[in-house]
Amino acid sequence: MPDIPRRQFDSLIIGAGGGGLRAALQLSNADASVAVVSKVFPTRSHTVAAQGGMNAALANVLPDNWHWHMFDTVKGSDYLGDQDAIEYMCRAAPKAVYELEHYGVPFSRMDNGSIYQRPFGGQSQDFGGDQAARTCAAADRTGHAILHSLYQQNIRAKTHFFDEYFAVDLLKDQQGNILGALVFNIHNGEPVVIEAKTTLLATGGAGQIFRTTTNALINTGDGMSMALRAGVPLQDMEFFQFHPTGIAGRGMLITEGARGEGGYLINADGERLMERYAPKAKDLASRDVVSRAIATEVREGRGCGPNKDHVMLKLDHLGEDVIQKRLPGIRQTCITFIGIDPAKAPVPIFPTAHYTMGGIPTNRDGQVVVPVKETPEEPVPGLYAAGECACVSVHGANRLGGNSLLDIVVFGRAAANHIIDYLSENRYHRRLDSDSLEPALQRMQRWDKRANGDGESVSVLRDELKAVMENHCSVFRNEDVLTAGVAKVEALVERFKDARINDDSAVFNTARVEALELENLFGVALATIHSAQARKESRGAHSRIDYTERDDKNWMRHSLYSLEVGVDYKPVRTKPISVDSFPPKARVY
Amino acid sequence: MKFRIYRYNPDVDQKPYMQDYELNDVESGMMLLGALLKIKDTIDETLSFRRSCGEGVCGSDSMNINGINGLACITAVAGLKQPVEIRPLPGLPVIRDLIVDMEQFYQNYRDVKPYLVVDDPMPEAELAQTPEQRDKLDGLYECILCACCSTQCPSFWWNPDKYLGPAALLQASRFIEDSRDQATEERLAALEGPFKLFRCHTIMNCVQVCPKGLNPTLAINNIKKKMVKRSL
Repeated sequence: MPDIPRRQFDSLIIGAGGGGLRAALQLSNADASVAVVSKVFPTRSHTVAAQGGMNAALANVLPDNWHWHMFDTVKGSDYLGDQDAIEYMCRAAPKAVYELEHYGVPFSRMDNGSIYQRPFGGQSQDFGGDQAARTCAAADRTGHAILHSLYQQNIRAKTHFFDEYFAVDLLKDQQGNILGALVFNIHNGEPVVIEAKTTLLATGGAGQIFRTTTNALINTGDGMSMALRAGVPLQDMEFFQFHPTGIAGRGMLITEGARGEGGYLINADGERLMERYAPKAKDLASRDVVSRAIATEVREGRGCGPNKDHVMLKLDHLGEDVIQKRLPGIRQTCITFIGIDPAKAPVPIFPTAHYTMGGIPTNRDGQVVVPVKETPEEPVPGLYAAGECACVSVHGANRLGGNSLLDIVVFGRAAANHIIDYLSENRYHRRLDSDSLEPALQRMQRWDKRANGDGESVSVLRDELKAVMENHCSVFRNEDVLTAGVAKVEALVERFKDARINDDSAVFNTARVEALELENLFGVALATIHSAQARKESRGAHSRIDYTERDDKNWMRHSLYSLEVGVDYKPVRTKPISVDSFPPKARVY
Repeated sequence: MKFRIYRYNPDVDQKPYMQDYELNDVESGMMLLGALLKIKDTIDETLSFRRSCGEGVCGSDSMNINGINGLACITAVAGLKQPVEIRPLPGLPVIRDLIVDMEQFYQNYRDVKPYLVVDDPMPEAELAQTPEQRDKLDGLYECILCACCSTQCPSFWWNPDKYLGPAALLQASRFIEDSRDQATEERLAALEGPFKLFRCHTIMNCVQVCPKGLNPTLAINNIKKKMVKRSL
């Protein structure tokens, strides 16, 4: 056994965004010893960038019901979501919001003192009726408010944080139990083995596989790729959400709340374009629908600007007061990055890579599940996942706005509750041998010695990967483009084997972190483009111009991509917990 | 465009030095973070700095830019005097290049017990708060813990372990002002003494540099008023 310092905890959590911190708080409050490992200080996690809000049927503004929320989420998922998990989430939502409020989240308020809720895309009353207002908001900084409050509560609960530690790989024994992870301290490069009876992956999404993205630079799919390398397949990775309103060419997010507050999209002719694509819901149709509409307008020559390559989001009719009160953050972002005040002029926008619907397959207790012989979903002992890195799946083929903040707190909490049960039945750490430690150490030490200079740099390969994914796996896809994309990504993976970095320092070596992150991006990119090529239908965010229809008979099933077998499938869990199943129907907004 | 950047790697350097870099193709609208990433990607991989969201909400890439603290990701290079001189945040130990050890800053933040305290049993639904009560949190809750303010404050430079600094005090105010919080008395009592709060000499550097446009001095003055009222 190599001579590496070891630390022992009941539970290890990798990632300190909203999912990881909600789980950590539940565990710390239950007196479990918890280690939270994060490559950045917790409040730098990407939850901080979530703007518009969090869905829950509180009915503070308009009538509402968790069952309507469930219907909208199933429909929004294009019937690929697992209905037991969706029922669980929608039922848990009001309590999840109240808990956050009790933790101190500064939600915006109604005159009667209750939490302010705004309309968001894909929301309806009474199973497809009038627009609902279900999204609980703290101005347009809801993610910031939630992340900071959860971190603050973890300070109170004395959770043990390993800030600026990078997780390299999961450690497991011969029987397949997950026993913790190899991590290293970014400050001094020292490796540490963290032994834990349970490990929760809460590492977020992987928007950095695309060139233009709303995602932070840290969103590199680390947990997803760790799972892949541990033999866990990734589920539904072809479903990547392109947010309709990223700032054109730059990628900064303009919240859907901007349309929820009354903003709308116009094309070069000044026409309200969504009236043609979604006559009823208009600008508050599902994100996949709005993104396709914008891309279609541009393809058909009705885009704005000298290159006709974007459309405009009009907000100035809302008045400066509403914009300053409800959308102060995006106003500042527009002024800073493009010099446009949305209170005075429309904002150029275009669909931008935003959210990884797919991820590490789990059940609704957050347990990671894999196919074993005839069983499609067998838990991996000791391993959990929650939040964007996981695929429960509550989002299916298309996530509704406001459901991701909900997902992270509901399933962070659910996973922690299952972990508490697991800990009561598994009182001792299992023995850790060096079998799975060796490859993890090698993966890390590969970058220790200054390479000789014949390989390419990490940044060159990363830029190429991002361009390939953007050109070959974007809003609209077809067989030829995808097939070429698969070949290009695989060629890049080969070239990466000789990649080099020119920094061999032990002290805060960000070049090494970026190299390890790129390796993780390759795992995610392979899963995404292989799964996209294999799925011969259009569903949710996966739009094939050569297979334009949804095909429930052949394709209402989850994709599973693994390094060992490539693309495989498993059934959708169509049976909810207590109510009738929502059978697939044509999606009209 | 010319840049002059503070370099120090304790692994190899006896002492810090300034290194010059030049970028030829600076696109219009480029932010300083974009320029730093370009230098790192194309000229010198060893240049080290923190970064994450790239849009001014995570607080990672705070640094001293031509003498003034700010976030690289929302500082346009177009308006900057050349060579753009970039240093780590002043007043905190340097780990490497532009990366400082933030532990003292975080310690001060934890010292103000930055979490909501409610002693009463929690209701089944939300704790009620009127829009007017909620408005009092505007200008306080938006802090991103970038440390631009505290590390531009001379009082913090002299006594970082005794004076809490503007960022931590802004957080103290955020909970003192929150109508739901029931620990106001303890919070005010904890700020007594000559250092923790009263080392603020209203120099107002914090207000000048806050990248989120917040006003820690105002928050500190509001706490001072409450403490005076309390002592009467």
